[in-house]
Amino acid sequence: MEKNGKLAKIYLIAVFVVLYAPIAYLIFYSFNSGGKMSHFESFTWEHYAAVFEDKRLIGIVLNTVIVALLSALISTAIGVMGAISIHYMRNKAMRNVMLSMNSILMVSPDVIIGASFLILFTLVGIKLGFASVLLSHIAFSIPIVVIMVLPKLQEMSPTLIDAALDLGATRKEIMSRVILPFIQPGIFAGFFLALTYSLDDFAVTFFVTGNGFSTLSVEIYSMARTGVTLTINALSGLIFVITAGLILGYYVLKNRPRTPASGVKR
Amino acid sequence: MVRRMKTNRTNFRLPLVPYSLWIILFVIAPIGLIVYYSFFDLGGNFTLSNYSNFFTSVYLQLTVSSFWYAFLITFFSLLIAYPTAYFLTKLKHKQLWLLLIIIPSWINLLLKTYAFIGLMGLYGPINAALEAFGIGKHQILFTDFSFVFVSVYIFIPFMILPIFNALDKLNPALIDASRDLGANAWTTFTRVIWPLTLNGVKSGIQVVFIPALSLFMITRLIAGNRVITLGTAIEQQFLVTQNWGMGSTIAVFLILFMVVILLLTTANERGMAGSGKKR
Amino acid sequence: MKSLIRGALLIIIAAAVLMIVNAQLAKSGAQAGGNTLTVYNWGEYIDPDLIKQFEKETGINVIYETFDSNEGMMGKIEQGGTSYDITVPSEYMVEMMRKKDLLIPLDYSKIPNMKNIDPYFEDLPFDPKNKYSIPYFWGTLGIAYNPSLLEGQTFESWDDVWDPSLKQEVVLVDSAREVIGMGLNSLGYSLNSTDPRELREATDKLKTLSPNIKAVIGDEVTQMMMNNEAAVSLIWSGQAADMMSENEDITYVVPEEGSNLWFDNIVIPRTVKNIDGAYKFIDFMLRPEVAAQNADYVGYSTPNLKALDFMDPEVTSDERYYPDEEARGHLEVYKDLGLEMLGFYNELFLEFKMDMK
Repeated sequence: MEKNGKLAKIYLIAVFVVLYAPIAYLIFYSFNSGGKMSHFESFTWEHYAAVFEDKRLIGIVLNTVIVALLSALISTAIGVMGAISIHYMRNKAMRNVMLSMNSILMVSPDVIIGASFLILFTLVGIKLGFASVLLSHIAFSIPIVVIMVLPKLQEMSPTLIDAALDLGATRKEIMSRVILPFIQPGIFAGFFLALTYSLDDFAVTFFVTGNGFSTLSVEIYSMARTGVTLTINALSGLIFVITAGLILGYYVLKNRPRTPASGVKR
Repeated sequence: MVRRMKTNRTNFRLPLVPYSLWIILFVIAPIGLIVYYSFFDLGGNFTLSNYSNFFTSVYLQLTVSSFWYAFLITFFSLLIAYPTAYFLTKLKHKQLWLLLIIIPSWINLLLKTYAFIGLMGLYGPINAALEAFGIGKHQILFTDFSFVFVSVYIFIPFMILPIFNALDKLNPALIDASRDLGANAWTTFTRVIWPLTLNGVKSGIQVVFIPALSLFMITRLIAGNRVITLGTAIEQQFLVTQNWGMGSTIAVFLILFMVVILLLTTANERGMAGSGKKR
Repeated sequence: MKSLIRGALLIIIAAAVLMIVNAQLAKSGAQAGGNTLTVYNWGEYIDPDLIKQFEKETGINVIYETFDSNEGMMGKIEQGGTSYDITVPSEYMVEMMRKKDLLIPLDYSKIPNMKNIDPYFEDLPFDPKNKYSIPYFWGTLGIAYNPSLLEGQTFESWDDVWDPSLKQEVVLVDSAREVIGMGLNSLGYSLNSTDPRELREATDKLKTLSPNIKAVIGDEVTQMMMNNEAAVSLIWSGQAADMMSENEDITYVVPEEGSNLWFDNIVIPRTVKNIDGAYKFIDFMLRPEVAAQNADYVGYSTPNLKALDFMDPEVTSDERYYPDEEARGHLEVYKDLGLEMLGFYNELFLEFKMDMK
């Protein structure tokens, strides 16, 4: 495959610079002894020290990560199942109805989702807290997974399945050996977007949480009235460095023993 | 005919269960509630006045401007995302670079918005750079530009991802073949690459345009309420005015708009598949 | 397939480990357990040292939760499923919650420190005889401005905001009653006007302010003013105090036509579980030295008369934070106008914002 030209490289660099500019700005001021996000006074670690002293804050971060991981995992599983069943639906009209249903949660403003989930949970009698937050995060992440996985299914040629059937594969084998490996990139994409949705959500979580359970977004929004402290900047800096480190580490580990380039694994 | 029968055997019923359950509980039930609420006024009486209210000038004007900004945001997202995704697929560690595109969206949106307020401020780095180039200070915040820019920033990973996936699966042999047949780069793009990645583009448009209609928060923080979307209006009705009826009515319209958009894109898709087979 | 399963397992293990760490952390945080008190307040609206002091004195473990809007808070209380023992609504919200029967009447035999509250702030129309609420902080609505960025403008009257020299300089808070209220005040009408003609007139007058408006935003006004990004803002005194503590150029004024007087109030919501703890907490917060320390930390005006003796006289004699009786006479407390009227205010405000472009 041909390499990118010089212009392409400049373009990509520009995109990355813009993407990371606000984060760099946040992290830069997390070292500001001046206490706010402007007028850099002098270098300090005090805001980082404050993060580790605040047990409540650390607890909230852990909650946020747990909810994000679990909700992304479960919504990916359900979303993949949904995408597969939608894709192989015989009735075209039914298929379109399902597709529209799927996207409704994506367009509904968070406030509505939050308010209606709140009513739902209280009707059903689910205690507000971890369970209700996890359930709603799963619920609003499912459609994005479906949308990420469907195009992969559409690309898959039906002859692949026919061939497998001809070779005497069972339905289970077709699923695990043909379909899932083929749509794997879509699954990963869906998982990461689900993770993103969960980490970023404020409004829905705000509505459905309670009894001492809080996530980072809710905490940050509630600070807005009196101003967000630089402790939060420091915390975000830490989260950023840790996630970037984990991902890089994972990537390096994964690529050390050279696996055969994609293709069909059996 | 034989083939069809075989495909039918792969009708997956079991996976449908949890997904259908989700649809019933978290889609149909909430929509039912919204539609139900939209027929009630503040006093809890049955009424159609919310619907007639929607057609007064303010809300119609709001809808039109919402659509216009959502269109702008989607357009620029696509314009920037497509080449980015394309160039990314040619990099050596493309999966890693793709992850690096997503990571920024894991940092809290409000914080990033505050960072943008700082960056775009009168004394921020951007204005400092403009001054250094002799252009002089400009009010960047609270303009259409800042609003579209930050919205595109927020949505771009969601646009890049599906396009990247589509491009990544593109068989390089097809491009080579097109080249061998004497097509220039532009023809190769319009006749081969673009049609084959159209599904990815459509997914991208869906995940950007629809949420862009209901953006709130940054309409206030970055646009200083010079831009008001349907989402902002719904938010106000639910949280401030506590007129759930009116809020639900606007939401009903939003859902209708979305269904129309979805039906349009899926209809096209079927046409595409059909024409592909004929050839 | 294998890599998918491996990935899923990895995530489950990671989540499990985090949960264990979190549980451990929670255990070490909460001593004794059992006796807990859940306080639902605005973010950064109490001195955390005071919570520690209260915990030490009483052995009650305080869970501090925060909200960012009165309406969001009420939604939580109304829906139930939570166990908040204390919350801090603004005055119009006290009235609304009272009407919705979401509050518990206070038993003053358990709050002896109520005597420290300035009688001027007792028995206000939003809660006659303080049956349900006790003022926590109070303040006014006015104009914060930065003379160093302006050419000698002052703001004795609301009409000064309309001065043509202020093109693109004014920042308004994104709140219907405050902005429409500015229009009403400038025309000499009541802040609690329900006369559609007066409201229409105020809105039309506000529309002529368009060229002067830089933006309509929320709490971020404070940051913008501190950083000299904006020169003039319509803002509550509490936020103005925050601005002034960071940027000495800024000053705050309540125009002479009058303005709004606001209160945030301690209440016990219907969701209460630990009512004894709630009374102990309220009484603790009303101690003069505690209220003084809290006011120092938060920077808002305290209604606790005895607390003023423990505070810096420079602050307590500052007319901008603690206006005298005469100035207070021009101030008006919001009444709950009912949802119908609130909707009308918001529709006019929306119209004003749509007209701004």
